[in-house]
Amino acid sequence: MHRRGVGAGAIAKKKLAEAKYKERGTVLAEDQLAQMSKQLDMFKTNLEEFASKHKQEIRKNPEFRVQFQDMCATIGVDPLASGKGFWSEMLGVGDFYYELGVQIIEVCLALKHRNGGLITLEELHQQVLKGRGKFAQDVSQDDLLRAIKKLKVLGSGFGIIPVGGTYLVQSVPAELNMDHTVVLQLAEKKGYVTVSEIRSSLKWEMERAKQVLEHLLKEGMAWLDTQATGEPQYWLPALFTELYSQEITPEEAKEAIP
Amino acid sequence: MDRFSWTSGLLELGETLVVQQRGVRLYDGEEKVKFDSGVLLLSTHRLLWRDQKNHECCIAVPLSQVVFIEEQAAGIGKSAKIVVHLHPASSNKEPGPFQSSKYSYIKLSFKEHGQIEFYRRLSEEMTQRRWESIPTGQTIQVNKDPQAGRIRAVGIVGIERKLEEKRKETDKNISEAFEDLSKLMEKAKEMVELSKSIANKIKEKQGDITEDETIRFKSYLLSMGIANPVTRETYGSGTQYHMQLAKQLAGILQTPLEERGGIMSLTEVYCLVNRARGLELLSPEDLVNACKMLESLKLPLRLRIFDSGVMVIELQSHNEEEMVASALETVSEKGSLTADEFAKLVGMSVLLAKERLLLAEKMGHLCRDDSVEGLRFYPNLFLTQS
Repeated sequence: MHRRGVGAGAIAKKKLAEAKYKERGTVLAEDQLAQMSKQLDMFKTNLEEFASKHKQEIRKNPEFRVQFQDMCATIGVDPLASGKGFWSEMLGVGDFYYELGVQIIEVCLALKHRNGGLITLEELHQQVLKGRGKFAQDVSQDDLLRAIKKLKVLGSGFGIIPVGGTYLVQSVPAELNMDHTVVLQLAEKKGYVTVSEIRSSLKWEMERAKQVLEHLLKEGMAWLDTQATGEPQYWLPALFTELYSQEITPEEAKEAIP
Repeated sequence: MDRFSWTSGLLELGETLVVQQRGVRLYDGEEKVKFDSGVLLLSTHRLLWRDQKNHECCIAVPLSQVVFIEEQAAGIGKSAKIVVHLHPASSNKEPGPFQSSKYSYIKLSFKEHGQIEFYRRLSEEMTQRRWESIPTGQTIQVNKDPQAGRIRAVGIVGIERKLEEKRKETDKNISEAFEDLSKLMEKAKEMVELSKSIANKIKEKQGDITEDETIRFKSYLLSMGIANPVTRETYGSGTQYHMQLAKQLAGILQTPLEERGGIMSLTEVYCLVNRARGLELLSPEDLVNACKMLESLKLPLRLRIFDSGVMVIELQSHNEEEMVASALETVSEKGSLTADEFAKLVGMSVLLAKERLLLAEKMGHLCRDDSVEGLRFYPNLFLTQS
């Protein structure tokens, strides 16, 4: 009597079927890879055409750049991930942002001893523009933010802290948690903050307020003014507007160039 | 100043006065002109200036000629100004006080203040662009020369129409760019979908994909800038490109590393390499991905990540732990040192100096004194003097 489905024969047949299925699975992936390769070539052509018509627009128009970046983010594409990517090679967006990254690093290094590694986006923008010279392409604050986001991966502590409608750019690996950030935001209005202000605005205990301020002092991001009338004031050099107009001295520039 | 035309100073039909300000002086670019004391008027269609002493002397420029405006703050002995950048004068512009000018902008100097309000109103008019939607006709009052008045009004309409066409052309260019961009993004989206589908297939097969296929797939993702979903776990995020890059870096960085005591931060490397390249720069991610492969490719450099997250490149021959011993000597000689002081003494960047001192502390050779005056390191006497 034949019994179906059992016995060595049946098992062998099953194994063969599984192997064939796996094979087909491999073939399917191969097919799709081939399809992707073809579509990639087509896309490259489309991108070349786009570049020939609109490359200048991207270079010259900061608003168009923002549109471009937003659209890429929406569909899940990072045009700045690699210098070897199509976007970078054909539209030249890569070089624009990577060079900007270098300029940002150099400005931050040069000014670190003044501000402890914290700088407003405005001041960074001004200094970068100065360094780029009169005839360079215009660079917007949005451009700076995108370049800084890319620099994070280098591990030297680049970060962006939102304060009162603008941003502070951090360029040192100092740990700044929520407490520190909130105090920075509080200080942004006047450029300084006091222990009483922190306690009344944030409802913190004395100890917590002091700890945060001491950390900022240690990192060189805050300076203590004990001669202020009333209680001591903790000033943030990053927020000194007078510093904006000061040039980077030759000594500072030397510090910046590796 | 050659964009201005003589005018009667009377408003056209449909033109409305928005704001006016006394005590305004005009500049042709950076140079003062003889129009030094007048009333500046802003209408829905034009910017006019009338001499306070001689009311017959009146000039105007259409707002459509304005490219953009800037504020210039007051200084010591200097009034606040508004800088008005202008399109070149059209060929059929009505005659004015200047035939030519070497500047494409003028300045309005507010000797009796009022610039804040004026700037605000002018910005508003520039945004609303009412001159585009409200046609102007002849002046309703009787001119000295009614014939000329009619011709002048027609002339203005003609100029405005030309500018309208030019603006439509520019707008068309920009909207064409956006349209093309949207179409391109649709196609890019298809690529992303396809790559997701392939990634899912790979996941289902659970590692049954050949190395060759993986390499191909990763290079496709790199070209499109799509994040690497599946294969990162099995083969790392490096591609052939990053392998080649790693080998290049080993060549480029050997000498600079030797010159800097065998160690450099990744930000220093990023700047050095990109400044040298000039074009076809590396992205920060490219650099990190390449450096991650240095050790496995048995190259004479390696990537090291400190506890703080700081990333450095070291020569294989460099031994940070040995450097700690010499750091301890230096600190002992001086009694105590901060990272800044140590950096200056040794000729290192502050970032790396700090890491070395922290490592020395971790190894038990140094102690810290953490006060508001900064972080200072001392030799660890607890260890040596028990």
